[in-house]
Amino acid sequence: MKQLLILSGKGGTGKTTISSAFIHLAQAQAYADCDVDAPNLHLINRKTGQPETSDFDGLDKAQINQEKCDQCGDCMEACRFGAISFENNRYEVDYLACEGCSVCIEICPQKAIDPVRSITGELMLYRGQDSIFSTAQLKTGSGNSGKLVAEVKKRMKEAAPEATPLAIIDGSPGIGCPVIASLSGIDTVLIVAEPSLSGISDLERIVKTARNFRVDCAVCINKHDLNPERTQDIKAFCEREEIPCVGKIPFDLEVNRAVNQGLCISQVPCPAQKAIETVYQNVTQLMELTS
Amino acid sequence: MRIAVLSGKGGTGKTLVSVNLAAAAPQALYVDCDEEEPNGHLFFRPEKLESTPVNVLIPQFDWNLCNGCRKCIDFCKFNALAYINDLPFLFPEICHSCGGCARVCPQKAIQDVPKGIGSIKRGTSEGVTMLSGIMKPGVVTGVPIIQRLLEMIEGEEGLIVLDSPPGTACTAMETIRGSDYCLLVAEPTLFGMYNLESVCNLAKLFNKPFGIVLNKCTEEENPSETFCRQNGYPILASIPFDHELGLLNSNGGIAVRQLPTYQKLFQELLDTITEKAKRLCA
Repeated sequence: MKQLLILSGKGGTGKTTISSAFIHLAQAQAYADCDVDAPNLHLINRKTGQPETSDFDGLDKAQINQEKCDQCGDCMEACRFGAISFENNRYEVDYLACEGCSVCIEICPQKAIDPVRSITGELMLYRGQDSIFSTAQLKTGSGNSGKLVAEVKKRMKEAAPEATPLAIIDGSPGIGCPVIASLSGIDTVLIVAEPSLSGISDLERIVKTARNFRVDCAVCINKHDLNPERTQDIKAFCEREEIPCVGKIPFDLEVNRAVNQGLCISQVPCPAQKAIETVYQNVTQLMELTS
Repeated sequence: MRIAVLSGKGGTGKTLVSVNLAAAAPQALYVDCDEEEPNGHLFFRPEKLESTPVNVLIPQFDWNLCNGCRKCIDFCKFNALAYINDLPFLFPEICHSCGGCARVCPQKAIQDVPKGIGSIKRGTSEGVTMLSGIMKPGVVTGVPIIQRLLEMIEGEEGLIVLDSPPGTACTAMETIRGSDYCLLVAEPTLFGMYNLESVCNLAKLFNKPFGIVLNKCTEEENPSETFCRQNGYPILASIPFDHELGLLNSNGGIAVRQLPTYQKLFQELLDTITEKAKRLCA
């Protein structure tokens, strides 16, 4: 099974629009949404039936037992995350700031700090007749999304039929932990770039990140006609960096209309749909997929 | 007053709103907290940039003292240490800098040493002072950069605009924590609406007052607007989908400095928020 990951660096360039179209075009037997912080793929590539759900545990968080606490303050001093404060005459752990390192638990002379379970997300696996879809939602205000991303991918891989030629994975914006976690085991990254100064800066940073983890990249330019000059800049960047530019997609209001009806853009005849099909052909060639 | 500009979804226009809000005021501090993909500097383009490195502490082993007892490895909750050839081996990019390994080492073989994860750049552009956090590519988390940014602005008065990272996870939380008011930017799609809901919940979780700016509005259906009306969430401004604005913005232009319509729009938005914040304080 080859794995294609769609990333962008900058948010809102069209990752999910393109992922959902690719899933449709490839009739993908396995796909996943790794943007666990703001997952949207399920709004388009809906599956019928109920998903298999399970809670995702983050690291246990610290809780101070006020009866045992003798207020020495060692925990507050030791905490590198500023998660312990002294207020209203007692030491308290800020649940949202605690990263679960357990240093305070280890050093408390009174053994007054206990680990408590913390659920940081929900995993969902849809098993359809001809495809599986793995996704998750990070609980609002939770950290450590990298581990949740790794689990989403693991579940997709385990559940995918053996002969699956191509798995399509929708990634998250940025270059940090969820993106890095999504890069492992990936054959090709398709970066969806946007013709703006911000878009180009973010493109350069995501390419650096992907290369750090030795994953091959390809670039497509979305909404290219909104700024032809910056589109040229992206092409020049790709040439300089020897990254294949696999196509450009025009700005098309049909894309918003399709999304708002819960449709995938490849179900709607329009200029953007045609362009995405070409991008898809180019990517499959690049990945040496025969079908 | 500190305004955190947020959105669940990326690319809705956080930087557009933050940059223009700061530029609409006679004086303001603009703080780019989107340390993974900072873009504010592309708009303000300060002539002089001062740079301060941001470091975190990671363990360094004294191999003369380490006896391979593996207490550090067993302690590390982040699995940043592995046992290879009877000795601990560090994966520095996974280390969360908690300092636990050094504390539990019976041989005192571990010392904390600084490791660079990025920098903070400072510069000015007309009335705006810009601070921008920039994480090095390949680094896993930029939370310490945001924390450092927030430390640097401690005690600062006047208008402060915090341009946040997308999402509702750890990095976005840090900027909300330090704000007086949350401004949520949403686009007119089902995706935009769905992610707006998460970020509304986050603002509520932190007990922060919030209002919404609708961006890229067309004549067509706007699920985000419907969502705000249904829930009684205040819509503070609607920015139209406008090719002129889009082109200017994509070339790094600041709309309030060049287009009178937007000068007015952002000035009014700023007044509305200031008014709301005042009422809340009273």
